[in-house]
Amino acid sequence: MSSQSSYNDRVVRQFTIMTVVWGVVGMLVGLIIAAQLIWPSLNFDVPFLSFGRLRPLHTNAVIFAFGGSALFATAYYVVQRTCHVRLAYDKLAAFTFWGWQAVIVLAAITLPLGITQSKEYAELEWPIDLLIAVVWVAFALVFLVTIGRRRVKHIYVANWFYAAFILTVAVLHIFNNIALPVTLSKSYQIYTGVVDGMMQWWYGHNAVGFFLTAGFLGMMYYFVPKQAQRPIYSYRLSVVHFWALISIYMWAGPHHLHYTSLPNWAQSLGMVFSVILLAPSWGGMINGIMTLSGAWHKLRTDPILKFMIVALSFYGMSTFEGPMMSIKTVNALSHYTDWTIGHVHSGALGWVAMMTIGSLYCLIPRLYGKQAMYSTRLIDVHFWTSTIGVVLYAVSMWISGITQGLMWRALNDDGTLTYSFIESLKFTYPYYGIRLLGGLVFFAGMLVMVYNVYMTVRRTVPEPQAVIQPA
Amino acid sequence: MNSAWSWYIILGTVASLAACFWLVAWANRQRASEAEIKESEAHVWDEDVRERNNPLPMWWLWLFIGTIVWSLGYLVYYPGMGSYQGLGTWSQEEQYDAEVQAAEAKYGAIFAAYGQTEVEELVKDPAALAIGASLYQNYCSQCHGSAARGARGFPNLTDDAWQYGGGPAQIEHSILHGRNGIMPPLGAVIGSDVAVDNLVDFVLAMPDGIDTGLPGYADYMKHCVACHGPAGDGLQVIGAPRLNDDVWLYGSSPQEIRKTIVQGRQGYMPANRDLIGPDRARILAAYVYSLSR
Repeated sequence: MSSQSSYNDRVVRQFTIMTVVWGVVGMLVGLIIAAQLIWPSLNFDVPFLSFGRLRPLHTNAVIFAFGGSALFATAYYVVQRTCHVRLAYDKLAAFTFWGWQAVIVLAAITLPLGITQSKEYAELEWPIDLLIAVVWVAFALVFLVTIGRRRVKHIYVANWFYAAFILTVAVLHIFNNIALPVTLSKSYQIYTGVVDGMMQWWYGHNAVGFFLTAGFLGMMYYFVPKQAQRPIYSYRLSVVHFWALISIYMWAGPHHLHYTSLPNWAQSLGMVFSVILLAPSWGGMINGIMTLSGAWHKLRTDPILKFMIVALSFYGMSTFEGPMMSIKTVNALSHYTDWTIGHVHSGALGWVAMMTIGSLYCLIPRLYGKQAMYSTRLIDVHFWTSTIGVVLYAVSMWISGITQGLMWRALNDDGTLTYSFIESLKFTYPYYGIRLLGGLVFFAGMLVMVYNVYMTVRRTVPEPQAVIQPA
Repeated sequence: MNSAWSWYIILGTVASLAACFWLVAWANRQRASEAEIKESEAHVWDEDVRERNNPLPMWWLWLFIGTIVWSLGYLVYYPGMGSYQGLGTWSQEEQYDAEVQAAEAKYGAIFAAYGQTEVEELVKDPAALAIGASLYQNYCSQCHGSAARGARGFPNLTDDAWQYGGGPAQIEHSILHGRNGIMPPLGAVIGSDVAVDNLVDFVLAMPDGIDTGLPGYADYMKHCVACHGPAGDGLQVIGAPRLNDDVWLYGSSPQEIRKTIVQGRQGYMPANRDLIGPDRARILAAYVYSLSR
């Protein structure tokens, strides 16, 4: 079989395995810092184990190492299958794998050393930022040229979402990280003051919107119909919610800066467009869930579909919660509390991680020439640990966060504050415990996944798969 | 904001909202023809991935339209469209001022009454002390601790060791105007390590009385006596701590005392007058005064 007549699954397999590895690593760091919030002495007075350095390591690891590898893997797989053509540029695709892993390793070294730009989700210093930019442009080239070479007329909806995610993240990353280098490990942002804040959250919220939403919707649009063996519910709905989603997300960043020195008009626009974002976000949920109509009975026997339906449910819930929290009146209560943490994790664990896990269980047997994963029973175990874990996490942070907000604003009859900050902190300890428990349960499920994946892929020499002729 | 930027923002906003409307209208035009639906439903990718072309759920469509209509109303009433202030002329700055004024109108009288009362009287008033405790927890506990026992570099407020004096007037002054306690670095002046070590030994022995026979005595009388006094009683007017007791703000180990002498110390208590005003400061002073009695 000539190389052009088979799919390039090597790079997909590499990214897929690393997704599992980085998932375990990133969540383990999360567990450590969750424990540190209860027992601060767990940093052992070692600077590189302190919360302030490990927290960005956790966020970078789960978003960019775990989520990023999952997006690379599935984008490369989906674009080949739905364009009926081999992935463009084998060597460039291989470069994106090794380049991205280099970025992750550099992050894992520099962040604990305290080398940081101090911009949330954009902590990495300029040399690493440059490497990211190069890898990302290569990613865009490989993906878009593959679409250009497609052998079907219509570009499948999953590819729209992947393409929007890739192009937008390139723009966001480059503009947010423009800085003047001073030394190899130090630079200064060109933006100052509130402009820097606005740029940061324009980037920050669109990282959520494009990296963690559009990208994973791309994943959803392929793996849900594939696993359910059902057609996507509505092509027309996908068109409407795609364009609405990608155009409106761009405006939502200022809701992170309510009641700050950001001008009133910018705060208002951020809030208004965040509220409008509700319907376009739900379009994806409707399309995903309704795709299962007529196949509901499969949920009884297929834990992979259970992962997907729960992921879509958490997606719907988080994208309702987000617009609600962007309303100034609600934000005045929720901002700076654990509610935000709960919101983020119901999205990150409930939507992003569970959609990834479900898709990987669908993908891995196909990549290694197997009929199914080693154990369906263990997938079910993983499903329940994930679900219980994320519920414990989200609910504990909701209670803790809303109570924090209420305690901070409670007044005595004389107008003085009823509670000191330390009292609100004391209140949160039991909930930090429940959060840690939730994280532990979720993490335990990841270890089950490692075993299941290992047993599935060990001692297999995958055969190249022939490119399927378009129907 | 000049008018060009303002129009840029308005046009961008209106164009985005209009595009959403257009998208909804396009999607909701009369049902697609049978042929059109057939055509789009005939696409197949990767053997079995297909799409149907169901109409949009009406509740979803109305949700979308509803949020767009609501947003227009919001942008008419609130600021958002560039430099247009909105019919409600609301701003967060005005909201803050209004809330502060409302609080002042509601609670001002309570505090004004306390502000006219002397500290010695206030310490007998449990209601005043309760308010003071609440103020203390929110403005002071971060440095001085929840139980007011201080921390390294931050004085204990429950004992009788006062750098600037423990009387009502001095405490109130510390709260209103803050304090800057400066111990100058003396390493270079004293010179040799041996001389510094001798001085440390002398200072450590001061609680037991002044021993003029110690080798550090001469340097103490030359460099330290001006602020800390010949007997080590300190000088509250300038905040020089007493050295002949067992209270040490920065630690009592020879290493810490050595560091204090060689590198100096900077103690900083911020001024709170602008933050809480004189009436609340009076209550706070009474609470702190009560702690050491």
